[in-house]
Amino acid sequence: MGEALAENIVYRHVYEFILSVFGSELAWLAYAIATFSVVLLVVNVLMLLATFYTWAERRLLGRFTNRLGPNRAGPFGLLQALADAVKLLTKEDIVPRSADRWVFNIAPIVMLGSVLMAMGVIPLGEKTFLADLNIGLLYLVAVSGLGSIAVLMAGYASANKFSTFGAMRAAAVLISYEIPLVMSLLSITILAGSMSLIEVVNSQTIPFLLVTPLAAFIFLTAMSAELNRSPFDITEGESEIVAGYLTEYSGMKFGTFMLAEFAALMVAGAVFAVLFLQGWKWAILPSHIWMLLKVGLFALLATWVRSTLPRLRPDQILTFAWKFLFPLSLINVIALSVQRLLLADEFGNLQQQDMWLMVVSNWILMVVAVPVLIKITNRKSGIPFGESAKFHVGKGV
Amino acid sequence: MYGSGMLKAFGVTLQNFLRKPSTVQYPEERLQQHPRFRGQEFTWYEERCTGCASCAKYCPLGIIKIVTDPSGGDYQDGGSYRIDQFDIDQARCMYCGICVEACPYDALHMGTRFEAATYSREDLVITIDDLRARPKHPSAWFRPQLAKEGFDPFTEIADWREVGRETYFWHPKRPEMVPEDLAQKASSDGDYDKSQDND
Amino acid sequence: MSLHTEPVVVNIGPHHPSTHGVFRMRVTFDGENVQDVEPVIGYLHRGTEKLAEERQYSQVITLTDRLDYVASMTNNQAYVLSCEKLIDIEVPDRGKYLRTIAAELQRVASHLVGVGFFLAELGGFGGTALMYCFRERERILDMFEMLCGARITVSFMRIGGVFQDAPEEFWPALRKFLDEMPGYADELNKLIFESEIVQARTKNVSVISADQAIDASLTGPILRASGVPWDIRAAQPYDAYDQVKFDVITAQGGDNFDRFWVRMLEVEQSLKIIEQCYRDIRSGPVRSTTSLLFRPSPGEAYVPIEAPKGELGFYLVSDGSIAPYRCKIRSPSFISLTLFKEMLVGWKLADIIVSLGSLDFNMGEVDR
Ligand code: SF4
Ligand code: SF4
Repeated sequence: MGEALAENIVYRHVYEFILSVFGSELAWLAYAIATFSVVLLVVNVLMLLATFYTWAERRLLGRFTNRLGPNRAGPFGLLQALADAVKLLTKEDIVPRSADRWVFNIAPIVMLGSVLMAMGVIPLGEKTFLADLNIGLLYLVAVSGLGSIAVLMAGYASANKFSTFGAMRAAAVLISYEIPLVMSLLSITILAGSMSLIEVVNSQTIPFLLVTPLAAFIFLTAMSAELNRSPFDITEGESEIVAGYLTEYSGMKFGTFMLAEFAALMVAGAVFAVLFLQGWKWAILPSHIWMLLKVGLFALLATWVRSTLPRLRPDQILTFAWKFLFPLSLINVIALSVQRLLLADEFGNLQQQDMWLMVVSNWILMVVAVPVLIKITNRKSGIPFGESAKFHVGKGV
Repeated sequence: MYGSGMLKAFGVTLQNFLRKPSTVQYPEERLQQHPRFRGQEFTWYEERCTGCASCAKYCPLGIIKIVTDPSGGDYQDGGSYRIDQFDIDQARCMYCGICVEACPYDALHMGTRFEAATYSREDLVITIDDLRARPKHPSAWFRPQLAKEGFDPFTEIADWREVGRETYFWHPKRPEMVPEDLAQKASSDGDYDKSQDND
Repeated sequence: MSLHTEPVVVNIGPHHPSTHGVFRMRVTFDGENVQDVEPVIGYLHRGTEKLAEERQYSQVITLTDRLDYVASMTNNQAYVLSCEKLIDIEVPDRGKYLRTIAAELQRVASHLVGVGFFLAELGGFGGTALMYCFRERERILDMFEMLCGARITVSFMRIGGVFQDAPEEFWPALRKFLDEMPGYADELNKLIFESEIVQARTKNVSVISADQAIDASLTGPILRASGVPWDIRAAQPYDAYDQVKFDVITAQGGDNFDRFWVRMLEVEQSLKIIEQCYRDIRSGPVRSTTSLLFRPSPGEAYVPIEAPKGELGFYLVSDGSIAPYRCKIRSPSFISLTLFKEMLVGWKLADIIVSLGSLDFNMGEVDR
């Protein structure tokens, strides 16, 4: 992975500069500093994106709800995130008396850490990544699970019943949605033949969104559940359990949680772009810009969904995961495996025309499988798929 | 198809996304109030007020305090009390307007403003001096005669002679308050007749 | 192996985002399931009934504004109707029509607030439906401002009519509203009621059967959602309701969905009523000559009206003095809470919030 990093411009310049100053016997120092500077850059870009997104989401939500959104701090309200940060920093930092102090204080850091760690393997543009792990996808799954652990920690440590509700819900969602998520990543692995995210991008001659729409759908659904996004935002469902695991948090700890949440959305967008939208690839514009645009598209979609859909009930969410998403993801994985078995050449590579064949067959699969599965689930459980509305509107008197 | 309802919902939010925002940018932009708006800051016309304290009696909260003094005038002859104190405790006022409705002499009117925030409750008490000093922007609430003339209380100032339900000549025993020319005109109009059955 | 679990008592409210004001529920949860629930009310008690006994009849109108502050017009109406019965005076026709128009506008506004909060309680982004509903409600409030100079605490009606005739600007604004509102109602239908998630969340949840509803003397949309076609506007018409035609909306389910759906349909009917009033209103006096101060002869009066939330009535007892001897308020919100426990026990945490919202109660009216 050192090789990958060495191709990075920032890394190369810093490395060479330090070498020229201290001489080649301090190569380890140059390596450390150069690596650190790249890490710093990536982390700060992410944080900047996240803070920008807090503003963007509020503006967008404002427009969706026929308002303007924050537009007072700075031009177009762009400095709103800064104003929020200042406000949060000046707030009193309260730890409830009966709280588990250590866990309570560590939880936001764990949450932010999990998001930042995920950034380690995500390519942000051509030759812009920290590490090219050959188990990249597995790493992502592992690290994203950590975020839910942080929620669990926060909820448990707060010694507040609403927080506990939130934490338990988070745990339930984690257990249920990790499986469809892994399944959809598995289908990507089947298609790309590798778990490395760089490889995944390189193997996408056609965006995987087209090749396997089911996996994209499952990924989006599971991801929004993991991220507490609408319609699965039961973890901090504000109309029910006040703020869920965040109830007792104040000041910058709360800010850290929020920042982590928004950063996680950015990371999820980046992962989605990498897995399904050819990552940094596409013509004309520089690769980084493409990546940003794709992440932005994802964020816009997430905001739109948030503004429109109400929340499902926790039991419905779990039913949805186990009785609908899980079988669906199984079907998808099996279908992709069979397709690959039949279509791949003797070296295990998929040609582009084979891919197109898969596009057609997978879309047909989606159109057939989803309604059928809905029918079956409907018959078996009733929830969450109720009969569609039949109103008995009578006239009296 | 299952999910079509949700798609329609997405359509609705998108439609509203493209619509003009329904909010206004408050301190810079203001919504147009109606002239009948029952605002804060009462408008009071000392010339009209007789100190009868009907307003104080009808206020459901009893927040108007009126202290009067014999003015030495001839009350039988239309002289009024001297008003020493006329306090309205705005902090408790609910701007119901019953005091305005109760005032038999059209001396008290609702105001037009709504931004009377202060740092202390004492500042919210309107004293007689405040009432005297205020620019007279009477709201058209319960004053159809003002509404009828298209009076705009937000910009225009109304003289005490213009705000009565009837002309000011109905209280004619104080001719010194009536300008000469108007008195002439009114007597020829016949409005002045009201004075004859004043007792 | 079975896990040892214990029920946990959670206080939802009085400071909770969706308990409609300062309402408190002591809920015993088994996991997410509600085992027991106990309402705790009284945080907004202002002693309106007692205050009314110390005020002249005409002053009490201002107190009624503050009962159900989402629907002050109908509160005014209920009170003045009782007073008029007490002192036995007739209201001029135009006054009746104006009252009917104002009351129906208020019904639309109140239902819009109820429906707007519905989506927020279901957990959608709190602003979407709410903002759309408030945008339309805003226009109604603008019209109220034209009528009476205030938006919420209207004090528009007077014993013997309304305080003053509507200004000229009111009629074009009303026309515009009548023309545009159905489109917006349609939008709300699409956004809320056709969404599968909403249906999955609310259908067959917290069902109130017709018998239960009648036994608990529930009224208004809650009763009609259970399939009982009882509407005081149709059954015992007051003001100008005997002059207009409208349907009494009922639904059969008695569940959360139907309770909101009935409200949404009632908005349509209200628009229909306003339309007819707009057509039929004739010029004339709006208020019979009553003094602000009067002494009714000893007696009692009670006139129920169909407020947006159900039957509202003021039971007035006069002892011949200038103030009511007793003023008992039959507030629909308080009685809506009767079936509280039966509705909520056995459902989930997420459901009870919505069920609570479906009662569309208002703490100002519950605690009085
Ligand atoms: S507006 Fe109402 S509360 Fe205020 S002073 Fe007049 S009568 Fe009293
Ligand atoms: S303002 Fe009117 S009611 Fe009040 S004391 Fe003066 S004349 Fe009487």
